[in-house]
Amino acid sequence: MSFHKKLERNSLLMLVCIILVVAIGGIVEIVPLFTIESTIKQVKGVRPYSPLELAGRNIYIREGCYVCHSQMIRAFRDEVERYGPYSLAAESMYDHPFQWGSKRTGPDLARVGGKYSNEWHVEHFLDPRELVPESVMPPYSFMADADLDYEDMAAHLKTNRHVGVPYTDEMVAYAVADVEAQVDPDGDIEGLMARYPKAVVANFDGDSSRITEMDALIAYLQMLGTLVDFTGTSAAQPDGED
Amino acid sequence: MASTSSDYNYGVVRLFTIATVLWGVVGFLVGVVIALQLAFPVLNLDLSYTSFGRLRPLHTSAVIFAFGGNALFATSYFIVQRTCRARLWGGPLPMFTFIGYQIFIVAAAVSYVTGVTQSKEYAEPEWFVDAWLTIVWVAYLLVFLGTLWRRKEPHIYVANWFFLAFIVTVAILHILNNLAWPVSFLGAKSYVMFSGVQDAMLQWWYGHNAVGFFLTAGFLGIMYYFVPKRAGRPVYSYRLSIVHFWSLIFLYIWAGPHHLHYTALPDWAQTLGMTFSIMLWMPSWGGMINGLMTLRGSWDKLRTDPVLRMLVVSVGFYGMSTFEGPVMAIKAVNALSHYTDWTIGHVHSGALGWVAFVSFGAMYHLVPVLWQRERLYSLRLVSLHFWIATVGIVLYITAMWVSGIMQGLMWRAYDELGFLQYSFVESVEAMHPYYIIRALGGILFLLGALIMVYNLWRTMRGDIRAGEPVVASDPTTEVTPATAAAPN
Amino acid sequence: MPNERDELTGTETTGHEWDGIQELNTPLPRWWLYILYACILFSVVYWVLYPAWPWINDYSRGVLGWSRHVELNEEIEEAKAYRAQFVSRIEAASVSEIAADRELLQFTLAGGRSAFALNCSQCHGAGAQGGVGYPNLGDDAWIWGGSLEALESTIRYGIRSEHDETRDMAMPAFKSDEVLDDAEINDVAEFILSLSDSAGDASAAERGAAVYVENCSVCHGESGEGMHENGAPRLSDFIWLYGGNKADVVETISFSRGGVMPAWEGRLDEATIKQLAVYVHSLGGGE
Ligand code: HEC
Ligand code: HEC
Ligand code: HEC
Ligand code: HEM
Ligand code: HEM
Ligand SMILES: [Ca+2]
Ligand SMILES: [Ca+2]
Ligand SMILES: [Cu+2]
Repeated sequence: MSFHKKLERNSLLMLVCIILVVAIGGIVEIVPLFTIESTIKQVKGVRPYSPLELAGRNIYIREGCYVCHSQMIRAFRDEVERYGPYSLAAESMYDHPFQWGSKRTGPDLARVGGKYSNEWHVEHFLDPRELVPESVMPPYSFMADADLDYEDMAAHLKTNRHVGVPYTDEMVAYAVADVEAQVDPDGDIEGLMARYPKAVVANFDGDSSRITEMDALIAYLQMLGTLVDFTGTSAAQPDGED
Repeated sequence: MASTSSDYNYGVVRLFTIATVLWGVVGFLVGVVIALQLAFPVLNLDLSYTSFGRLRPLHTSAVIFAFGGNALFATSYFIVQRTCRARLWGGPLPMFTFIGYQIFIVAAAVSYVTGVTQSKEYAEPEWFVDAWLTIVWVAYLLVFLGTLWRRKEPHIYVANWFFLAFIVTVAILHILNNLAWPVSFLGAKSYVMFSGVQDAMLQWWYGHNAVGFFLTAGFLGIMYYFVPKRAGRPVYSYRLSIVHFWSLIFLYIWAGPHHLHYTALPDWAQTLGMTFSIMLWMPSWGGMINGLMTLRGSWDKLRTDPVLRMLVVSVGFYGMSTFEGPVMAIKAVNALSHYTDWTIGHVHSGALGWVAFVSFGAMYHLVPVLWQRERLYSLRLVSLHFWIATVGIVLYITAMWVSGIMQGLMWRAYDELGFLQYSFVESVEAMHPYYIIRALGGILFLLGALIMVYNLWRTMRGDIRAGEPVVASDPTTEVTPATAAAPN
Repeated sequence: MPNERDELTGTETTGHEWDGIQELNTPLPRWWLYILYACILFSVVYWVLYPAWPWINDYSRGVLGWSRHVELNEEIEEAKAYRAQFVSRIEAASVSEIAADRELLQFTLAGGRSAFALNCSQCHGAGAQGGVGYPNLGDDAWIWGGSLEALESTIRYGIRSEHDETRDMAMPAFKSDEVLDDAEINDVAEFILSLSDSAGDASAAERGAAVYVENCSVCHGESGEGMHENGAPRLSDFIWLYGGNKADVVETISFSRGGVMPAWEGRLDEATIKQLAVYVHSLGGGE
C-alpha cells in the first residue's frame, strides 16, 4: 500500500503505470495474430475483389448492412447446416475492414453468393416484404436509381494495395474497364475473368442502359463465399486441417 | 487558494451538462425510432437517410459518445476541480474541448446519415472525423493532467484514477483501431489498415474496452464522487478501491475476444477472452460493493432522496450486467447468445440501468450546484422519472432476454429426425411481439428523460415547485449556499 | 498516527478528505477475495486443458487436444452416424425407389421439409405457394415436369442457372427482337387469353390464332397445353407465372421473362437434393 501512496501523489507516475498495465493484454493478444502462421491457413481461390465487387462492398458498408447481417459462419453444426461450411480466416484476408458482424437480425450472408438469382435480389431490395412477408429488412429502392460512381476505382484499388491487398498494376489500370465489363455479359470478359477468376458477370439490375449501385451491390453479394471450392471436403473440415 | 467555488471553471461544466441532457434525448429518441423500425419496417420510409442501417450507428454513437461522453466531460471537469481544489488547467483549452467535441458529434452524426462510415462498431466515423477527435482528446488529457498537477490535495482521489485511466486508454484504443488510408485527402472514404481476423481482433479489443473504459471506468469515476457525496458517507473501502481499480483495468483489456467466440479467430485467443472475462467478475463487483456499501448506515436516505435512489439503482444494474457479462463470455453460453437479442438485452441493462441512471443522478446533483440554486425544482418529478424509466428498463431487458434466448434456441432447434426445425424468417416473425414491448419500454425511458429535461430547465431558471417541502437530506442544499453570490 | 474513526461503523478512515468525501480503511471482503481466487484458479486449469497462450509463432495446445474444429467434427460425425443408415440408402436409391419405401419416405420428407424452409421458401413461399415469377409448387401445373425425375433435375441443375446442365430455354422477346409488331402481339395475347376463356376481344383473338400457330405452338403446343421439355408453360389454364392480365401477357410476349432458379448441386449434398425432389413431389401436385 505504501507504493500506492506514491502513485496517488504523482499523477505522471500513475499515468505511466496505467499505460503499462493496459498495454500488456493488447500486446499479448494482438501481436501473435500477425506472427503465428497458422492463424490464416492459406486456401486456394481467395482473390482480391473485382472493382465492381469492391464498389458493391463499399455500398454494403455505407448502408450499414453489417448491423443486421453477419458474415461469419461459426463452427457449429446448426450454422454449417443452415449457411454452409464455416468461415475461414483466409476468406476475409482482403477485407479492409472485416464484416463479420455482431448481430443477426437477418441471416448470415457469408455464403449467400449464388443462393438467389439476380432478379430475386433486385426484387428483394425494392421491397423485401413482397418476397418474404415476415421480413423486417428496410427497402432499398433508391439504389436502383442511383448511378454507380466508379470513375475513381483505380484510386480505391491503389489504396487497398497500400494496406496490403495484392492488386497488380494491370488490375489498377483496368479498374474502370473491369467495372463496365462485369455488367455486360455480351462483352469481352476474358481479361476480367483472368484477373478475377469466378467473377459473376451479369446485367445484375436488369437495366442494361446504365450501371447502378444495385449492380455493384448484387455483384458483391453474388460472390460472397463462392471463391473457395468446398466440394469434396467435409462441411466440418473445409481446410482439411486440425 | 483555490478552495472556493468561485475559483472553479464552472462555465464549461455547465455547457457540458446541457449538452449531456440534450444529446441524451436525441440518442434515446433515435433508439425509439430504430426500435419501432424493427417492429414496423415501413418506418424505414424507403429513404437512404432514414434506413435502419444508418440510424442504428447514429443511436449508438449518440448515446455513448454524445450523451455518455458529454456526461463524462461534465462530471470529470467538475470532480477533478473539486477534489483537487484547483481550477481547470489550460486557459481556453477546456472550452476548446467543449466546442471540439460537439463538432465531432455533429460531424459523426451527419456522416452516418449520409452514409459516410467505416463500419467499425462504435468507431464508425471516417478518418477525418477520427483525426479531429484525436486532437480534442489529447486536449482533454492535457486539461485533466494539468489540473491534477495543480492540485492542492496531496493525494489524487479515486474518482480521478478512473477518469485518468479512461481518458488515456480511450486515446490508445481510438488511435490504433482507426488507423486507415484515405483514398484521397479530399474525399471521405478510407480503407482501414488491417484486415480480416487481425482487424476483427483489433476492433473488439477496442469495442470491449470502449465498454470497459468509456462506459465503465469513466462512469465509476462518476459513481465514486456522487454516491458518497449524496449519501454523506465515507467511501466503504480504500483497499478495495486500489485492488479493484488495478485489477479492473488490467483484466478488461484481455476480454475482447469474447465478442469473437467460435469465429475464425484462433482458439487460444478465444480462451483468453473467456477466462479473463470470468476473472473480471470480482474486480467489477469491487466497484459495486464500494458503491452500495458506502450507504451503510444511511439506507434510509433512499426513501427521501430520489436522486440517491437513482444512483444506487444504477450501481445495482452495474452489478447485474457485470455478472451477466462474464456468464455470456463462457463459450457454451455465448454459443447461444451471440448474434441474438440477448446481447442487446445485456447492452441495455448496462446502458440504461447503469450508464444512463448514474448520469441522470449526477445531472440532478450537478445542476443546482452549477446554477447556484437552492435545490432542484422538484424532487417528486425526479421520483416520477425514476419509476417511469425503471419500468421502461424492465420492459426492455426482459423482452430482449426472452426474445434473444428464443431466437438462439430456434436457430439450433432440430426435429426428432435431426433436421433443422425453423427457417430464419420464422425466428424473425417470432420476434415481433418482443420488438413491440421493447419499443414501449424505450418510449417510457424517453418520457422519463423528457421529465428530467423539464425539471432541470426549471431548476436552471431558479424555480421551485410550490408545495414541495425541502427534503432535509437533499445534500445539494448543503453544498451550495456559500456559492450563491459567486460570479462563476 | 492513528486516523480518525467513522462514528457509525467504528472503522478507521484513511485520514484524507476530498471535497468532504472521506474513505474508510475497511479490509477487502473475504468472500470477494475468495471468489476472485476461485476464478483465477478456474482460468489456470482451463489454460492447461485448452489452447491458451501464444508466443511468437505458435501457441499452447492444451492437454485435451481440443479445437473448435475437432469438436464440430465430432458433433457432425455423431449426427451423420445417426442418419447414416437412411442417407446411404437415399444416396444409393433413385428418387422413385425412395418414394416407394415407406420408412425411407418418412425420413426423406422430414429432410425435404427442412431443406425447403432453409433454401427455397424465400422464392417459392413458406407454403410453396409461389408468387409472381416464382411458380407454385403445390399445384399440379408444371413447367418443366412434375415427375420425381424431372423435379430432381430441376432442383439439381436449376433453370437458366450458371450450371452447365441447367434447364435452359429462352422464349424469344417478340417485340424487342422485332419478330412481331404491336398489333400482332395484341392479337396473340387475346388469343392465348381466349384459351382460358378470359379474352376481351374475340375478333382480335381470332386473328391471333394464326400468329400463335406460326410463332408459339412449337414451344407451347398446338392448343397451348405447354411442353415440359421446352419449359414452356401451359397457356390454356388460369395459372399464370407472370400474371394473367392482358398487360402482363403482352409484357411477356414482347420482352420474354427468363426467370432464374439457382442450381443446388454443389451447394446442397446429394441426399438433400433427392429429399427435396421427393418432398416437392409430395406437396400434392406431383406427376
Ligand atoms: C433491419 C435489419 C436489416 C438490414 C439493415 C438489412 N437487412 Fe437484409 N435481411 C434482414 C432480414 C430480417 C432478412 C430475412 C428476411 C428476408 O429475406 O427479407 C434479410 C435477408 C437478406 C438477404 C437474403 C439472405 C438469405 O440467405 O435469405 C440478403 C441477401 C440481404 N438481406 C442483404 C442485405 C443487404 C445487402 C443489406 C444492406 C443494403 C441489408 N440486407 C440490410 C434484415 C436486414
Ligand atoms: C432465386 C429464387 C429461387 C430459389 C431460391 C428456388 N427457386 Fe425454384 N424456381 C425459381 C424460378 C424463378 C422458377 C421458374 C423458372 C421458370 O421456369 O421460368 C423455379 C422453378 C422451380 C421448379 C420447377 C417448377 C415447374 O413448374 O417445373 C421446381 C421444382 C423448383 N423451382 C423447386 C425449388 C426447390 C426445391 C428449391 C430449393 C432447393 C428452389 N426451387 C429454390 C426460383 C427459385
Ligand atoms: C422457344 C420457345 C418459346 C416460344 C417460341 C414461345 N414461348 Fe412462351 N414461354 C417459353 C418459356 C420457356 C416460358 C417460361 C417463362 C420464361 O421464362 O420466359 C414461356 C412463357 C410464356 C408465357 C407466360 C406464362 C405464365 O404463366 O405467365 C406466355 C404468356 C407465353 N410464353 C406466350 C407465348 C406466346 C404468345 C408465344 C408466341 C408469340 C410464345 N410464348 C412463344 C418458351 C417459348
Ligand atoms: C430510449 C432508450 C433506448 C432505446 C429504445 C434503444 C434501442 C436500441 C435498439 C432498437 C438497438 C438496436 C438493437 C438491434 O439491432 O437489434 C439499440 C442498440 C444499442 N444501444 Fe440502445 N436504446 C436506448 C438507449 C440506449 C442507451 C442509453 C445506450 C448507451 C448508453 C444504448 C446503447 C446501445 C448500444 C451500445 C447498442 C448496440 C448493441 C450491439 O450492437 O450489440 N442504448 N438500442
Ligand atoms: C465484467 C463485465 C462484462 C463482461 C465480461 C461483458 C461481456 C460481454 C459479452 C460476452 C458480450 C457479448 C459478445 C457477443 O456475443 O457478441 C457483451 C456485449 C456487450 N456488452 Fe458487455 N460485458 C460486461 C459488462 C458490460 C457493461 C457494464 C456494459 C455497459 C454498458 C456492457 C456493454 C456491452 C455492449 C455495448 C455489448 C455489445 C457489443 C456489440 O456486439 O456491439 N458490458 N459483453
Ligand atoms: Ca453489435
Ligand atoms: Ca473510425
Ligand atoms: Cu465485451
